[in-house]
Amino acid sequence: MAQNITADAAHGHDEHHESPVVFGFWVYLMTDCIIFGSLFAVFAVMRNQFAGGPTGHEVFELSGVGIETAILLLSSITYGFGMIAAHDNKVSTMRTWLGVTFLLGLGFLFMEIREFSHMIAEGNGPDRSAFLSSFFTLVGTHGLHVTCGLLWMAVLLFQTAGKTELNERMIGKLTCLSLFWHFLDIVWICVFTFVYLMSVI
Amino acid sequence: MADHVSSSGESHGSVGSYLTGFVLAVILTVAAFGIVMSHAMSPSGTVGAIALLAVIQIVVHLVYFLHMNGSSAQRWNVMAFVFTVLSVIVLVAGTIFIMHDTSINMMSR
Amino acid sequence: MLGKLTLSAIPYDVPILVGTFIGAAIAGLAVVGLITYYGKWGYLWREWLTSVDHKRIGVMYIVVALVALFRGFADAIMMRSQLALAYAGNPGYLPPHHYDQIFSAHGTIMIFFMAMAFMQGLMNIVVPLQIGARDVAFPFVNTLSFWMTTISFLLVNVSLFIGEFSQCGWLAYPPLSEQQFSPGVGVDYYIWAVQLSGVGTLLTGVNFFTTIVKMRAPGMTYMRMPVFTWTIFCTTVLIMVAFPILTVAIALLGLDRYLGMHFFTNDGGGNQMLYLSLIWGWGHPEVYILVLPAFGAFSEITQTFSRKPLFGYKTMVYATASIMVLSLLVWAHHFFTMGAGPNVNTFFGIMTMVIAVPTGVKIFNWLFTMYKGRVEFHATMYWVIGFMITFSIGGMTGVMLAIPAADFVLHNSLFVIAHFHNVIIGGVYFGYVAAMNFWFPKAFGFKMNEAWGKRAFWFWLVGFYFAFMPIYVVGFEGMTRRMNHYDNPEWHPWLLISAFGAALIALGVVCQLTQIYVSIRDRNLAENRDLTGDPWNARTLEWSTSSPPPFYNFAIVPTVHELDAFAHDKEAGIDTRKVGGDYKPIHMPKNTACGFLIGAFSFVLGFGAIWYIWWLAAVGLIGIIATVIARSADNDVDYYVPVSEIVRIEQEHSRNLMAAQAAE
Repeated sequence: MAQNITADAAHGHDEHHESPVVFGFWVYLMTDCIIFGSLFAVFAVMRNQFAGGPTGHEVFELSGVGIETAILLLSSITYGFGMIAAHDNKVSTMRTWLGVTFLLGLGFLFMEIREFSHMIAEGNGPDRSAFLSSFFTLVGTHGLHVTCGLLWMAVLLFQTAGKTELNERMIGKLTCLSLFWHFLDIVWICVFTFVYLMSVI
Repeated sequence: MADHVSSSGESHGSVGSYLTGFVLAVILTVAAFGIVMSHAMSPSGTVGAIALLAVIQIVVHLVYFLHMNGSSAQRWNVMAFVFTVLSVIVLVAGTIFIMHDTSINMMSR
Repeated sequence: MLGKLTLSAIPYDVPILVGTFIGAAIAGLAVVGLITYYGKWGYLWREWLTSVDHKRIGVMYIVVALVALFRGFADAIMMRSQLALAYAGNPGYLPPHHYDQIFSAHGTIMIFFMAMAFMQGLMNIVVPLQIGARDVAFPFVNTLSFWMTTISFLLVNVSLFIGEFSQCGWLAYPPLSEQQFSPGVGVDYYIWAVQLSGVGTLLTGVNFFTTIVKMRAPGMTYMRMPVFTWTIFCTTVLIMVAFPILTVAIALLGLDRYLGMHFFTNDGGGNQMLYLSLIWGWGHPEVYILVLPAFGAFSEITQTFSRKPLFGYKTMVYATASIMVLSLLVWAHHFFTMGAGPNVNTFFGIMTMVIAVPTGVKIFNWLFTMYKGRVEFHATMYWVIGFMITFSIGGMTGVMLAIPAADFVLHNSLFVIAHFHNVIIGGVYFGYVAAMNFWFPKAFGFKMNEAWGKRAFWFWLVGFYFAFMPIYVVGFEGMTRRMNHYDNPEWHPWLLISAFGAALIALGVVCQLTQIYVSIRDRNLAENRDLTGDPWNARTLEWSTSSPPPFYNFAIVPTVHELDAFAHDKEAGIDTRKVGGDYKPIHMPKNTACGFLIGAFSFVLGFGAIWYIWWLAAVGLIGIIATVIARSADNDVDYYVPVSEIVRIEQEHSRNLMAAQAAE
C-alpha cells in the first residue's frame, strides 16, 4: 500500500505545516468578512438617521476618498510585487516593496485621520447622530484593520532584516498578510461604493 | 518554485497578472466615481450602476490579487468564501427587511 | 488613578455576597493550600496551564464548565426560592436590583461559560481523536481560546465582589443597558466578559473547522466522518458565522456607552430594535451551536449501546447540515411582537416551523437505531432516552411559539422560559452529561461510577419536570419573566412546586459531584479501569488508541476504509494497535505560556476598561500585542518525538492490553 504511506507522510508533514496556516487564516478572514457585513447592515439601517445633523452629502469630500482609493489600490500591487519577490527568495527586493506598501498604508491612514479630525472639529463627530455613529464605526473599523496590518508589516520587516533567504514559516506569514491586505482592499471597494458614493447621490 | 504553485495549491500570480488586475480595478473605480460625480444617470440608475461596478471589481480583486480559481486545491477556500458571501447577504438583506418593515409599521421614520 | 473604582464598590454590606466571598475564599485557599502542600505548582504549570495538548485543554474546559454550572445553578436556586417566598406583600430576600443581577448572571454564565465551555471541552477531547489526527491545526490558538474563555468567566465572578453585574438580562437589551439607564459598571462587566470570551470561541471555531477540513486521517472522506465530528463541523461553521455578529452588536453597545454614540439610544436617531435584530442574528444560531454537538453525542452513544450502526447515517448528516443552514434564517422569531408586519413574521414563523422537520428526522433515526438493537441500559443511555422524551416536548412548545399569533400571547411570559429550559436542559445539558459519561474513560483511563450516574439522572429528570412544567402553567396564566415579586394567589402553588423541582435538581447536581468523587476514589478497581482503550465496544477511531491516549494520540496514523472505521477494523480482524509497526519520529508542538499570558493581559485590559482605569487598560493592550509579537518571533515552537520514546509508550500500552485480555 505505497499509496497509503505517501498519503500518511503528506498528512504528517506538508499539511501539518504550510497548508493549515494559510487556509486557517483565510477562514479567519471570512469571519472578519461577517463583521464587516454586520457593520454594513447597521450602516444601511442608519443611513438616513441624521437626527437634525448633517447628511453624507454635506460632510463627505469625494476627492479625498478618490485619493485614498488610489493609494490603497497602489499598495495592493506593491504588496503583490513583494510577494513575487518573496517566492523568488529575493529578500531585499521583497523588503523594498513591503516598505513602499507600508508607506502607502501610512499615507492612507493619515488621510483618513485627517478626514475624521476635520469632521469632529466641525462638530460632526460620531456622537452627533446615528448616521455618523455608523459611518465612523464602519470606516473606523476598516482603518483599525489597516493599522493592524501596518503593525504586522513592520514586525515582518523587522524579522526579515538582514536575512538572505526566507523559510517556509516566513513565507506563510507573508502570504497571510497578503491575504489580509488584499481583503482590506475588497472591503474598501464596498466602503467607497456603499458609504461614500451612495451618500452623495 | 519555478511553476509558482506551492504545495497548498496557492498560485502566486505574476507581474503581468497584477498589472492586469490593477488596470481593470482603476478603470472600474474611475467609472464608479465618474458616474456619481458627473450626475450622468438618474439616482436609482446610479445606485444600480455603482453597485454592479463594485461587484465586478470585487471579482477582479479576487481573481487577480487573491488568486482565487476553480482548482480542486482551492475548493474549500472558494466554498468558505461563497458560504460567507451568502451569509452576509442573508444578514444584510434580513436586517434591512426586518428594520424597514418595522419602521413602516411603527412609523418611526 | 483608579477611575471609577472606590472602596464603596465593594459590597461588604450585603450579607449574601459577604457569605459567598468567605465561602469562595475558603475554597480557593484550600485548593491553593493543597496544591502547595503536595508541591504540584510546577506540574500544574508545565503539564496543564501551558499545555497545548487538545485532550488536556478539553479537560480544563470541562472543569471550568462544571465550576460555571455550580455558580449558575446557585443563581437558579436563589431565583426559585425568591419566587416561592415573594408573594402577597412578602418582598422575599432578594431586593430587585440584586435579583436582576442574579437572573442576568444566571443566563450569561449558563450559556457562555457553562454550555459553551462544556461544548468546546468535548470537541477538544473527541474530535482530533475521532478523525485520526495528532493534534488540532493550531495548538497554540487552542490554548489561547481556552484562556480567553476562562478569564472572561473570572471577570464575571469578580463582578460579585467588586462592583456589580448587569441588571439588564442575559442579552442586555438597550435602551435599558445604555449609560442613561444603567450608569454603573454592571453592563460594562457584561460587555467585556462576553466580548473576550467571544474572541476565544471564534478562534476555536476557526481552529476546529481547519482541523476537520485539513487533518482527517487518510481515507476519511466526508461521508466516512463520524456523526459527532459532523455535528462539530456544522457547529464551527455556525460559530464563524454567528459570533462576529455578536461581536459587532456588543461592540456597538459599548461604543454607545463609552463614546456616546447613537446606535441604540432613544435620542440621536438610535434604534434599539436594530440591537434585537443583530443580537438574535447571533442568538438563534447559538442555540444550534450548543445543541448540534449534543445531537452528535447522542448518535454515537445510541449506536454504541444499541450494538448496531446508526440508522440512516446519511440522513443524519443531511439533517445536521440543513439545520445549520436553516438556523441562519429564523432569528426574527425572538421578536415577533417588536412591530414588524405580517411579511416578516410569516416568513420567520414558517422558517422556524421548517427547522423542526430535520430535527424530527433525527429523533426517528435514534429511535430506529434502538429498534431491534440489543440496547444496553447503561447510565449513559439513560440520559439519551431522557433526552428524547424531554427534548421532543420542548421542541413542540417551540413550534407553538413559532406561530406569530400565539407568540403575541406568550411572548416575554414564563412559557418562553419553560420552553428554552426544556430544550436546553433536556437537549444540551443531558447531551453533554451523557457525552461526559461516555468519553470520560477515554480522557482518564477509568469509567465513571454508574450507580451514582443513574441517581443523578433520575433526580435531574424528575426534578426537571417538577421545576418547569409549573412554569409552563404560570406562563399560560400570564406571569411574565424576570418578575421579582407578585400577588396573584393562583401562581403561588405552582411556584412552590417549581421550587421543589429545583431542590430535586440540586440533589441531582450533588449526585453528579458524588459520582465524580466516587469515580476518582475507585479508579483503580479492576472493573473501573479501562486498559483496552475500548470500554464500550464502540465504533469510531478514538477508541482504537489507549485510554488515556498518548500525547501524540496515534503512533501510526490510521487509514480509514469505511464509515465507523474502528468497528470495521475489529470485524475484519485488523489489529490497529499492534506494537512494532514502522514508527517514524512524530512532529509535535511545544507547550507555551503565551496563551496564558495573553489571557492574563486581556483580563487586565477588560478590568481596566470596566473601571475606566485607562492606564491599566493600556498596560493590558500593550501586553497582548507584545506577547503576540514575541510569540511570532519564537522559532522554537515544535519538536520531534524520537522513535525510542514512541516504542516505550506503545510497549507499555501493549502490556496493559495483554494484562486486560488475560484477566478476561
